Amino acid sequence: MDIVVCIKQVPDTEELPHIRVNPETNTLVRESAKGIINPFDENAIEEALRLRDAKGGRVTVISMGPPQAEEALRKALAMGADQAVLISDSSLAGSDTLATSYTLAMGIKKIGSFSLLILGKQAIDGDTAQVGPGLAEWLRIPQITYARKIEINGNKIRAERALEDAFEKVESTLPCLVTVTKEINIPRYPSLKGLLSAKKKEVLVWSADDLTLDRKRIGLEGSPTWVIKIFTPEPPPKGEVLAGEMPEVADRLIEKLREREVF
Amino acid sequence: MAEMRVDLEKCNGCGECISSCSFSALELKDGKVRILAACTFCGACVDVCPEEALVLEKEEKRVDVSSYRGVWVFAEQRQREIMPVTYELLGEGRKLAEDLEEELSLVLLGWKIEEKARELARYSVDKLYLVQDPLLEHYCTDLYAQALVDLVRAECPEIILLGATSLGRDLAPRVAARLKTGLTADCTGLAIEPEERNLLQTRPALGGNILATIISPRHRPQMATVRPKVMKRAEPDGKNQMRVIKIKPDLASQGQMVKILDLIREEKSVADLQEAEIIVSGGRGLGKPENFSLIRRLADLLGGAVGASRAVVDGGWIPSYHQVGQTGKTVQPKLYVACGISGAIQHQAGMRGSEIIVAINKDPGAPIFDIATYGIVADLHRFLPVLTDKLEKREKAAGLKNSIWEK
Amino acid sequence: MDFTLSSDQRMILEMLDEVCEKEFAPRADEISETGEFPSQNVKKLAELDLFGITIPKEFGGLGMDYVTWTLIAERISKACATTGLIFGANLLCSYPLEEYGTEEQKKKFLPPLASGQSLGAFALTEPEAGSDAGNVQTTARKENGHFVLNGTKIFITNGEVADIYIVIASTHKKSGPRGLTAFLLEKGTEGFSFGQHFEKMGLSALPNVELIFNDCRVPTSSVLLKERRGFKVAMGTFAAGRIGVGIGALGIAEAAFEKARAYARERVQFGRPISSFQAVQHMLADMATKIEAAKYLLYRAAWHLDRGEAFEQLASMGKLYASEMAMEVTTKAVQVFGGYGYMKDYPVERYMREAKLFEIIEGTSEIQRGIIANLILKER
Repeated sequence: MDIVVCIKQVPDTEELPHIRVNPETNTLVRESAKGIINPFDENAIEEALRLRDAKGGRVTVISMGPPQAEEALRKALAMGADQAVLISDSSLAGSDTLATSYTLAMGIKKIGSFSLLILGKQAIDGDTAQVGPGLAEWLRIPQITYARKIEINGNKIRAERALEDAFEKVESTLPCLVTVTKEINIPRYPSLKGLLSAKKKEVLVWSADDLTLDRKRIGLEGSPTWVIKIFTPEPPPKGEVLAGEMPEVADRLIEKLREREVF
Repeated sequence: MAEMRVDLEKCNGCGECISSCSFSALELKDGKVRILAACTFCGACVDVCPEEALVLEKEEKRVDVSSYRGVWVFAEQRQREIMPVTYELLGEGRKLAEDLEEELSLVLLGWKIEEKARELARYSVDKLYLVQDPLLEHYCTDLYAQALVDLVRAECPEIILLGATSLGRDLAPRVAARLKTGLTADCTGLAIEPEERNLLQTRPALGGNILATIISPRHRPQMATVRPKVMKRAEPDGKNQMRVIKIKPDLASQGQMVKILDLIREEKSVADLQEAEIIVSGGRGLGKPENFSLIRRLADLLGGAVGASRAVVDGGWIPSYHQVGQTGKTVQPKLYVACGISGAIQHQAGMRGSEIIVAINKDPGAPIFDIATYGIVADLHRFLPVLTDKLEKREKAAGLKNSIWEK
Repeated sequence: MDFTLSSDQRMILEMLDEVCEKEFAPRADEISETGEFPSQNVKKLAELDLFGITIPKEFGGLGMDYVTWTLIAERISKACATTGLIFGANLLCSYPLEEYGTEEQKKKFLPPLASGQSLGAFALTEPEAGSDAGNVQTTARKENGHFVLNGTKIFITNGEVADIYIVIASTHKKSGPRGLTAFLLEKGTEGFSFGQHFEKMGLSALPNVELIFNDCRVPTSSVLLKERRGFKVAMGTFAAGRIGVGIGALGIAEAAFEKARAYARERVQFGRPISSFQAVQHMLADMATKIEAAKYLLYRAAWHLDRGEAFEQLASMGKLYASEMAMEVTTKAVQVFGGYGYMKDYPVERYMREAKLFEIIEGTSEIQRGIIANLILKER
């Protein structure tokens, strides 16, 4: 089966502990964080590789981003993906999720037919979880979001979706789009052989000209949403440290909670 | 169209702008600043440049938005129960409707839900679109999307608010893509910008490290999702002025592309974390999964629910619906006790709104102490038993066991 | 002298750092406590193709250089010394196979070693033959196209978990060291069984088992190199093994140093972090300097090995220096931690217990000194 995985290179937001605000301009002073594959996309790649290993076929990984996103695609190749495509073009700058899903959809159309389209449930920099359903809409295929388990049987797909307090078992037909949660698998590390052979594989780079697309639907022009301001959240008011011997501290805590009518 | 330019004559290569960019879209080359493809045209750098060498030009074409009127709130129902987030959106929606001098409408999709619909009349709502069809009994992306899109095309609302629940996050982007309109997820702040009547949508980004304000000036409706427990729940106003408009949607069962086979509940009684007034959470500092018993004991004594950090959920110590944080649930309890949780910004994003935060951690430098109301630097393995012992003794002494549960 | 890492090396090490941080290091304390063989770590090393780094491509390996192997072994040992030694002990099997094996022997044994499907072990040490390697008592009697082995080996790393063993036995008793022959054996061979497990000061999850040979029959084709060349095989193997052991000690020292430095920054006494006291600063400075020195002895030894040049002297020096340095650094690290350093709750006492072994295995420090003296006195 031919599987396409959409991935995104994101800054490692967990390694951004030293966010500081420039007090004069009230803007963010950020040490640039390393680019990594969006963690949920690693689960997506892993799931695609497992399905391919079990059922045969090809795994193509695609991403839309600046030139350095190639690193992320190379890691996907090192994990075992068969083909990698980067859609990169300055005219794509300022794309919101609608423009991004449109562009990716056009890229996927150029790749050709596929049975399954897998994405991570959300990207950890934007956290919108919108590109998946957007893609499914542009490609007119069913969507299954928050899947923690996928089973393919012929042209039928069964999945378990995570709801707030339960799991829903669903069924649909291929081609289908699935967004996955962390619970679905543990992504493999690229093996040495994988890393070394990925170095030799080519990452296809497509510009906007290489795709058949409506220019009005890409980049800032194709983005209904615009960011007009970026700022840092207000720091919370200072709290109190309760120090001393444990029994004493426990007593004081209980007293304070009682005062504030917790009980 | 937008354009971001560097006035090379003014630029003195000081590089102030580079560190202000959250998207690494600026670099210094040959002593001057260059704009890279990652630029999102947010303008943060423009404010920072001491020489005013950065110029952002945005063309804002005027779109005829006058034909779009009204604020809509998507009333989420499951198993014929109205989800609490609906009431939070109602409160927010009313404020926006007032600012716009427009009507506030609810949209409720389902089957045999007229009874429930009447409950909504107690709130400050002008109109309810009651969309009923047997096919809408259970949520299904395609049928709900079609019904909603048809209604939007017929009625042209200005704004639609939905809860950022598993349903909302599945439905809203599909609808927005079909309508080719703007959608902003997880808004923590909504307001009307008076001049152009645009909805100002504020949300966190980069794992909660920054906040961004977003608008959809050229498209309608403006769609936004809001996480449960972020906005204040509306109070019934008793005016009962809601007009009900019954809609029979035009749906074909072939339109349903995904079938629901079954519902699996794993834990016998899962206390709804987001409704809990008291939450006791455990993190990696617990050391091993068995130590969640310490958390459960404290939670039981306080009558609260059990939460968890992402690290322990990833480690498989506790099911994912206990997870609090950026990629888990947002909670706003009266009391949040964080035990052995370092408090990375992604976790904070999920519980920052708690009224009282108690942090117990043996690392005095843990970021959780930055937001804790009461911080206790101690080894939780030794402190929690001391605390729970005292609470038990207190209960026994005052015979107050029942009163804690009466909350 | 170009000390830069190649892009391949950087790529591999980046991946390895993640694996060490997420998989090996978190389990290190636990396996040390329970003494349970870290099979998941071994499985991970195999999945990542790490066992085959230096094994030639035609036998399923990656055909890379020993400097890269050394850098990899260093990181593994830093995260978990037990895993590092299991990994390193494999080299004691693959290296002599590559150097001295016939095409057939290589074809049979190198691929499973490269894929990690089989672990390897080298068996020389006996109750009566430690430093006195020539005093091996295990005999191999020649008999109609067979050799029959009788005797015991002790303290064999990877004993029982390994599938492939190189066993040194005496075929010509009267000739002492010159009467030794190296044999290739597989686990499960009749007459080859395992005996006592030894409880150690540290590295409790490292398999160290007694090997028992009781009329164990092996075909003559299992001789490695030639009859009476067993001592040469052993010495050749140990020369390379020394780099591995030295790098293992280096890894432990680095881990201990980093913990000590971090602690010194946090621990406040007399109103200041102890890292502000000269006594502690000097300790840390010494530790850091010695660690760097060890690196260069060992990396250089590997570098010469790659070029087919004489490397034995540097390997001995590297092993000697790194192991003694590691003992010193880990002891100092415990000292920096003060009372807490002595407690099992904190990892440094484990490093100290682990480091000690490295002064002993693969030729004690005393033997190394002898070897070095020999070599330097031979030089003009």
